[in-house]
This record gives sequence, C-alpha cells and structure tokens, in this order.
Amino acid sequence: MASTETYIAQSPDIAASTLGDDTIIMSTLDSTIFMLNSVGTAIWKAADGATPLSRIVGEKVCAEFDVAEDRALADAEEFVAQLAQHGILSVSAQPASPREAL
Amino acid sequence: MSLLEEMNQKATALGVPLSAHLDITWRCNERCVHCYLDHEGKGEMTTAEIKDAIRQLSECGTFFLSISGGEPLLRRDCFEILEYARGLRLNVKLKTNAVMIGPKEAARIKQLGIEQVQISLYSHRAEVHDAITKLPGSWRRTIDAARRLKANGVKVSLTNVLMTYNSGHAKAVKRLAEELGVGFAVDPTITPKLNGDWSITGLGISRQELEEIFHTEEFVGDVAEYCAPVSGVDDDILEGHSCSAGHTLAYISPFAEVFPCVQFPMACGSLREQSFREIWWHSAALSELRSVRVRDLHTCSHCAHVAYCSRCPGLAYMEGDFRGPSSQDCEKSYVRTGIPSAARSRAAGRVAGVASGLVQIAGVLHAAS
Ligand code: SF4
Ligand code: SF4
Repeated sequence: MASTETYIAQSPDIAASTLGDDTIIMSTLDSTIFMLNSVGTAIWKAADGATPLSRIVGEKVCAEFDVAEDRALADAEEFVAQLAQHGILSVSAQPASPREAL
Repeated sequence: MSLLEEMNQKATALGVPLSAHLDITWRCNERCVHCYLDHEGKGEMTTAEIKDAIRQLSECGTFFLSISGGEPLLRRDCFEILEYARGLRLNVKLKTNAVMIGPKEAARIKQLGIEQVQISLYSHRAEVHDAITKLPGSWRRTIDAARRLKANGVKVSLTNVLMTYNSGHAKAVKRLAEELGVGFAVDPTITPKLNGDWSITGLGISRQELEEIFHTEEFVGDVAEYCAPVSGVDDDILEGHSCSAGHTLAYISPFAEVFPCVQFPMACGSLREQSFREIWWHSAALSELRSVRVRDLHTCSHCAHVAYCSRCPGLAYMEGDFRGPSSQDCEKSYVRTGIPSAARSRAAGRVAGVASGLVQIAGVLHAAS
C-alpha cells in the first residue's frame, strides 16, 4: 500500500534562533523571515525527516496543546507548505535514510 | 507592526541581544580618509576566542550577526569563522571592501549561505574611490567582486558614505548599483574616531548637500512625509529608548571588548575576563544605559524633533554625555524640517541672552543652526 505520510526535514539553507517560546527562522535563499509561535516551534523542532507529520502533530501538538487532531493536522500541513515554499523545510513522501535524518 | 519590530520588541522585553556586530580585525588593506578606526592588530582574538565569542552570542539568543572589520578577509581564518557562525545557524552579514573576493571566495560565500555582503563604494568614478581608499585599483576590484557575488546569487548591498571627496556622486552610485542589480544605501554621517579624535568629521558633506539628499525622493522616499515635522509627543515615545544599542544590540571588538554598539565606545567588559552573559546582564555601564528613557534626556525630551530624531547616544557619548543631544543628529533634524533643535535653541538662547538687543545675532545663529 502506498504511503500517504508526509516527512519534513529542516533545510540547511536557513538561519534560526529561539526568542522566548518562539523561533525566528530566515530562509537564506530568499531572505523571508518567520517567527514561529510555540506550536510552530514544536513542529519545527521535530522536523527530523524521519518522523511522519501525523505523528509529530499527535505527539508534539495535540498532546501539548488543546486542539483537535484533524484540525491540528490540517493547520500543520498548511504551515509546512508555507515553509517549504521558501525552502525552510523539505517535504517528502518517504522518510529520510538514517544518514540523511538529522 | 512589522515582524522585525515585533521581534525587536520581544527581544527588548526579554533582554536578548538579537543583533551583534563582531569586528574580527581592525587591520585593513585600505586607508580610507574618513576611517574611524586605528589599524592596530596586536592583541587580536585568536580563532578559538572568536569562535567562543560567537558561541556565547548564539547561546544568549543572537540571530543577526554582522562580521566586519577593518577588512575581515585579511584574517586567514575568516572563512573558518563564517562557517562556524553559519554552523550555529546565525544570520550572517559580511561587511567588507570586497577587494579580496575572487571567484573562489564568492562561491564559498554563496555556499555558506551568508545573508548579505555589504560593500563600501565611494564613487562611480574609479579615481575618486581610489583617492578615498588610498588603494590604487580598489574601485575596479570592488566592482568586479560585487558582480561576481551577484553572479553567484549572493545578496549584495553597496553603501555610499558621503563626504567632501565624493560630493554630488550619490545619484550616480545609486545608478551603478542598479546596473549591477544590487542594493544601495547612502550614509551621510562621518563619525569621529573611536579614540576621540573628531578631526575627520570635517570631511562631512555641506548642509546644502545634506538638504539635497533629504529632499530627494530616490534617497528618502516620500519627501513631504520624511521632512514633515511631527507634532505631539506621547508617553510611548518618552518611555522608549533612543536605539537598540545595549538593549538588543552588542558590539565586540577584535580585542574581545564588549560595547553597546560599534559607534558607542562605552566599555562594558572584556570576554577575556568575563563571559558574554555576565557582561550583558551585569555590566554597570549597560545597566545604566538601559535605565535611561527618552524622558530622562535633559535636552532631547523637550525637543520638537524627539519623535523621529535619529539621535545617536554613541555620538552623544563621544561628545561627552550620552544623555545629551548629538550635534550631528541635531543638524540632520534641522535640515530635514527647517526647525532648530532644542539643543540649538538653547545655545542660541544663551548667546542671545548675553548679547541681548543685538537682533542680527539671532539671525546669524538661526542661519547657523
Ligand atoms: S543610534 Fe548610534 S548607538 Fe544607536 S545603534 Fe545607531 S549607531 Fe549605534
Ligand atoms: S534634534 Fe538634537 S536635541 Fe532634538 S532630539 Fe535630536 S539630538 Fe536631541
């Protein structure tokens, strides 16, 4: 059966830093800057290329924040697409090999 | 509020040094006539010390790191330092005269993901630029490097410092930047030497030229808006700070000394004696600086320009009192709006008081505000 999972990995073409509970990220490719709130930060930190997005949402978002799982997953997909558009996250249908994974 | 303003506000509230400027050397291969540094190299930080300083900044929350000098590429370990900073995922800007950036260096800068390279260019005319840098051939090499960086996909910005030597060249330099497809900024301020010598400020442009710059759309955007005096000062302004120096900005010299800003030589501590965290949180100088609100500024708090003035506390410090006005900024505010600053009015008041009845003196003073 084909996998419908999404795997996300942090790109090397970024600058990032923590500011309180938030994370500042800038794409060095197009200089777009984002400030991720604590939910975005949780997803960002877990973006290791090997953990499916649905699991990240379940374990890092729904377990920590008061939000329904399908709503959280839809929001996370939109968030991921936005970051991927600026080269901040890479998105794949396959998990990264252990060597590639962060 | 823009995202950058939001970040700065948050960083101020948390006391995070969001931006840092690190000079890795004061040595230089150029000898610019207006340079504020001496070019002493003795006692510079070692590679390990610089990396440690960068690590400490990153641990304290720094995101924007400007690596500069002197000419940073004169250090053989410059790329090792840049690589280290990028390894910590800092947003790195490189300030350079670019004469040492050949094809290999340009490719490496791109590969490291340096956010921007800021290059000083003094004129569109090679002989004028070279007369300022005192390095024959420097214009050609700088322009070639800017093209090379651009061809490699690196973001480049040219800074045109205005002075008597290159008077009237700003528009042509801007056009050259446009031809090259790179960014452009004018800097109308010649700052005194960090050792307290003000003589080089005599190279600054005339009031007439400053007026022209401030009234030219391509430099300031909407001229009417830029030059309009702002009336009314609210509590937000009076409760605020002059600038980010010492609040969200730190400067580290090549000799491991920490200051609030490269243009604010108020010693806060040495990384050879204390950690950056200790200095940032516990230096008496920084605590004093942070305690000062705009309402505490003895002259500026009563000035008509206070809401938008670019008052530099570093320049004021070099004039003897960081709570005081900075005469270069008083001049800029006056040229922008035609309204004398509180500092000028006070000085005029003092002289007019001494020479009461001599109406023509007031006229002379006004003309000289
Ligand atoms: S105003 Fe002066 S002290 Fe403040 S950040 Fe700018 S240059 Fe530095
Ligand atoms: S114009 Fe001069 S006196 Fe007025 S706020 Fe600026 S620095 Fe202060």
